[in-house]
Amino acid sequence: MFGIKKDFICDLPKKYYTLSNYEKGVARWCPGCGDHAVLSSVQRLCREEQLPPEKTVFVSGIGCSSRFPHYMNTYGFHGLHGRAFPVACGVKFRRPDLNVFVITGDGDCCSIGAGAWIHAIRYNMNITTIMFDNQIYGMTKKQTSPTSRLGTISNTHPTGSVLPPVNPLQTSLGMSNVSFVAQTADWVPGHLFATIKAGYEHPGFAFIKVIMRCSKFMGPLVEEMTTNRDAVSILTHENGIQADDGTLRAFKNHLNHDPSDIYAARGLAEDQESSYLGLFYQNKDAIRYDQYGAHNLGFTPEEKMAAVNAQLDKFAV
Amino acid sequence: MKDGNGSLASPSPKTSKRLVIKEHILEIVSDSGEGAQKAGQSFGAVSAKMGNGVWTVEIIPADIQPPPRTKESASGIRIRFGSGKITNAGDEADILVAFNEIVPYNRIEQNVYREGTIVLIENKWATDKSDEIQKSYATAIQDFKDRKFVVYEIPMEEECLKLTPNPKKGKNMWVLGMLCHIYDRDMEKAAAQVGYIFRSKSKAVVDSNLQLLQAGYDWAREHLDLSYELPSVEAKEELVVMNGNEALSFGIQAAGIELCSMYPITPATSTSHHLAECIQSSGGIIHQAEDEIAAVGFAIGASYAGKTSVTITSGPGLALKTEFLGLAVMAEVPLVVIDVQRGGPSTGLPTKVEQSDLLAVLYGQPGDAPKVVLAPSTIEECFHFVILARRIAESFRMPVILLSDANLATGVQPFPRPQLREEWLSPPVDQSPRAEGAMPYGWDEKTGLSQRPVPGQAGGEYTLTGLAHSEQGKVTYLPEVNQKTSALRSRKLATFGRTLKPPRIHGDEEGGLLVVGWGSTLGAIEEAVDIAREQGGSVSSIHLRFLSPLEPGLLDIFKRFKKVMTVEINYSDSLDDPMITPENRRYAQLAWILRAQTLVDVDCFSNVYGQPLGPGKILARINEELGKLN
Ligand SMILES: Cc1ncc(C[n+]2csc(CCOP(=O)(O)OP(=O)(O)O)c2C)c(N)n1
Ligand code: SF4
Ligand SMILES: [Mg+2]
Repeated sequence: MFGIKKDFICDLPKKYYTLSNYEKGVARWCPGCGDHAVLSSVQRLCREEQLPPEKTVFVSGIGCSSRFPHYMNTYGFHGLHGRAFPVACGVKFRRPDLNVFVITGDGDCCSIGAGAWIHAIRYNMNITTIMFDNQIYGMTKKQTSPTSRLGTISNTHPTGSVLPPVNPLQTSLGMSNVSFVAQTADWVPGHLFATIKAGYEHPGFAFIKVIMRCSKFMGPLVEEMTTNRDAVSILTHENGIQADDGTLRAFKNHLNHDPSDIYAARGLAEDQESSYLGLFYQNKDAIRYDQYGAHNLGFTPEEKMAAVNAQLDKFAV
Repeated sequence: MKDGNGSLASPSPKTSKRLVIKEHILEIVSDSGEGAQKAGQSFGAVSAKMGNGVWTVEIIPADIQPPPRTKESASGIRIRFGSGKITNAGDEADILVAFNEIVPYNRIEQNVYREGTIVLIENKWATDKSDEIQKSYATAIQDFKDRKFVVYEIPMEEECLKLTPNPKKGKNMWVLGMLCHIYDRDMEKAAAQVGYIFRSKSKAVVDSNLQLLQAGYDWAREHLDLSYELPSVEAKEELVVMNGNEALSFGIQAAGIELCSMYPITPATSTSHHLAECIQSSGGIIHQAEDEIAAVGFAIGASYAGKTSVTITSGPGLALKTEFLGLAVMAEVPLVVIDVQRGGPSTGLPTKVEQSDLLAVLYGQPGDAPKVVLAPSTIEECFHFVILARRIAESFRMPVILLSDANLATGVQPFPRPQLREEWLSPPVDQSPRAEGAMPYGWDEKTGLSQRPVPGQAGGEYTLTGLAHSEQGKVTYLPEVNQKTSALRSRKLATFGRTLKPPRIHGDEEGGLLVVGWGSTLGAIEEAVDIAREQGGSVSSIHLRFLSPLEPGLLDIFKRFKKVMTVEINYSDSLDDPMITPENRRYAQLAWILRAQTLVDVDCFSNVYGQPLGPGKILARINEELGKLN
């Protein structure tokens, strides 16, 4: 019933895409910004999966991170602040043949785009979302973000932010029809890549939160995050993300967590003491709205007109 | 029993000759949930089938479950029908059928009845067990008579009880039967209509309703001396009867639009209800988004991916879509936006008509955001303009906004059945590789037009952005580029404007007063102009379908008249108001634009009573203006 309709299948000459086929321009992020690492990982994924550039769409909102599509030699949609999700869902709804990615920031996703975000989780379309969580508004120069830790000094809260942060993992895992929630960090390249790949392979909406370095505005935090390895645990499980040996060696704390156990996943998400890198939750059988959107594609003009005529009959006098 | 003395109908059969009339306006008003609308719609459909011109419009309570026997509970329908074509809901009603004595006051407040309006009212309240109700009924009947209505007290429930234990359910069909006798409707057609509306119900239900229909008919024949004859010519061509929102829904499908992305809002939503029933059968789908921002974003995403989509809304939703509309203009994404206008600002008058969103759609986006705006003026145009809108959106790579309104949304009118054409459908998504060197914004300098790449097209890869961008789609803040690309986007409107013809003048090509209208007021304006002209008035009218770009030749036409005045359903100051001077007066919305564009001193007649402008009010104003001109 579902699947790709004939009008999207065309004979492509067999071509091998190299990394350079996915690269465009020079990324204008600050040196030391975590965004560079994600870009490399994603380009690597495209090459490994041999994604045809013309069949791949990166949709973003607005922010430093949302500049991402400009550096990919694929189709891209750099739209409005907070609105990447509805656009991406609209792209995918009637075009099941396209590979759709969402690139969003912590402000873009969890503040202005929060409504669209939680609904995107529930729609569970086959889209890979990478949320660049640097805990600050980078683009607009250091304002408090919804994920900024309590007490974060910023240009809008010079004496420290006054509310506890939004916990994006907790929020995602609380949403009905959630199907894939994972966390990784930009400075753990092997794990970053494995996580993005697992998200891409997930049949549904993959929400990947990447803990990011904003070297420009969050120096002390970056320092703390990248050096204090004891605060990090790697989630391991045969159905989880298979971290590379380097990652497993670098981070001594490992925790075996079954990603089908949503209650355990919620418990980990709520843990204030440590950060877990890995797959929190996955359900490959959640209802997929993109399949609903694509269930009646490919009508011929004759079929369309016949249907409208049959409807008109009911209004005829 | 006649002439408002309120006595019961006499039992002798009424065989008097039928009074020949040209047209009538009938209202049926009940508590919400009593089925007045169903009776009226059926009456309208039967009349259309008999070859009468018909316009029906529903009277909808603002609340979902208003308490019964209150003014707020008034729910019903107005049917204007006649020998010739009927283009609007008209002025005061000739006949009112009321299911209780309170609900008519909702309409009385709106001045829709006149001296001599015939009131056929359910009389069971006269003997109600509550003294209070009895008293209320008696007071109202006296008041109706004082207002010089002609009152007939009808034992609706009593008669229905002879056939059904639950008369509340079937009374509307009994009333339909009664009206069928009064207006000599074809009972075979009426029975077929009843069968149609209860098609999903059991045979027992259908039969019971048919019995009630016949009983109402027989009762009227026996007891009422009201009988009219309405000459009609059975239509030669095949007709369809629907309201403007259903016509939009059909237009969406006939245009081959495969996605309608919406969020519920009155009075636009009923379009989605109809679409939801049938769009899947014609290869499309509805997405009910989490809000209007997401709805338009979703539609833009699909359009970007080659499936030009529609989003449909009303004022408050339009406001939320603003930022995305600007993006669609800036990034040149084709999109069809339908705004079924209601009273504003803010939540305003959800179920009532206004034409108040024109300036908002034209100028609502920060920055310069040129786009095509068109307004259907009939229910038939609601259908055809969607098809037109999709084509313009794709050819000119921009959002096209279609301004309908609550009057068209709920008005029901027959029109020639559209003969569908394949070229109306959107073409298949182009997936062929892009020509070598083709740029995402390869603008033609003269027209501003360019060919957009669609995902799936090899060689077309680009990143769409709402930031200022070059032909290559690259972000750039170069001063010359922003100036030039702004000009090119604006130029597309001028290019499109070249394809338009000057508006047709209704009446003489020159003279005293020229009335300018847009949208749903077409029928009422032309009717008023015709009457004024019959009375010797020098008045003509034009009706604009395109509001951006404006239809050409306006200045030339305006110059041939002594005075130009718009007629609109939106707010304007009156020069008689306190504090208002010719200098600070705020004009009706089209008048603002026409004044700016032509430098002609265009006047306006507009108001926001939440009602369609009837021909009577327009005629009065025309005559007033003509008096001043002479
Ligand atoms: C409607 C709207 N409001 C505000 C802005 C200004 N703005 C641009 S980016 C941004 C914050 C971005 O923060 P985040 O999403 O965390 O991305 P980062 O720059 O940190 O990657 C804001 C407030 C905007 N572009 N649009
Ligand atoms: S400001 Fe921060 S987030 Fe933005 S590019 Fe620089 S380091 Fe990255
Ligand atoms: Mg951020």
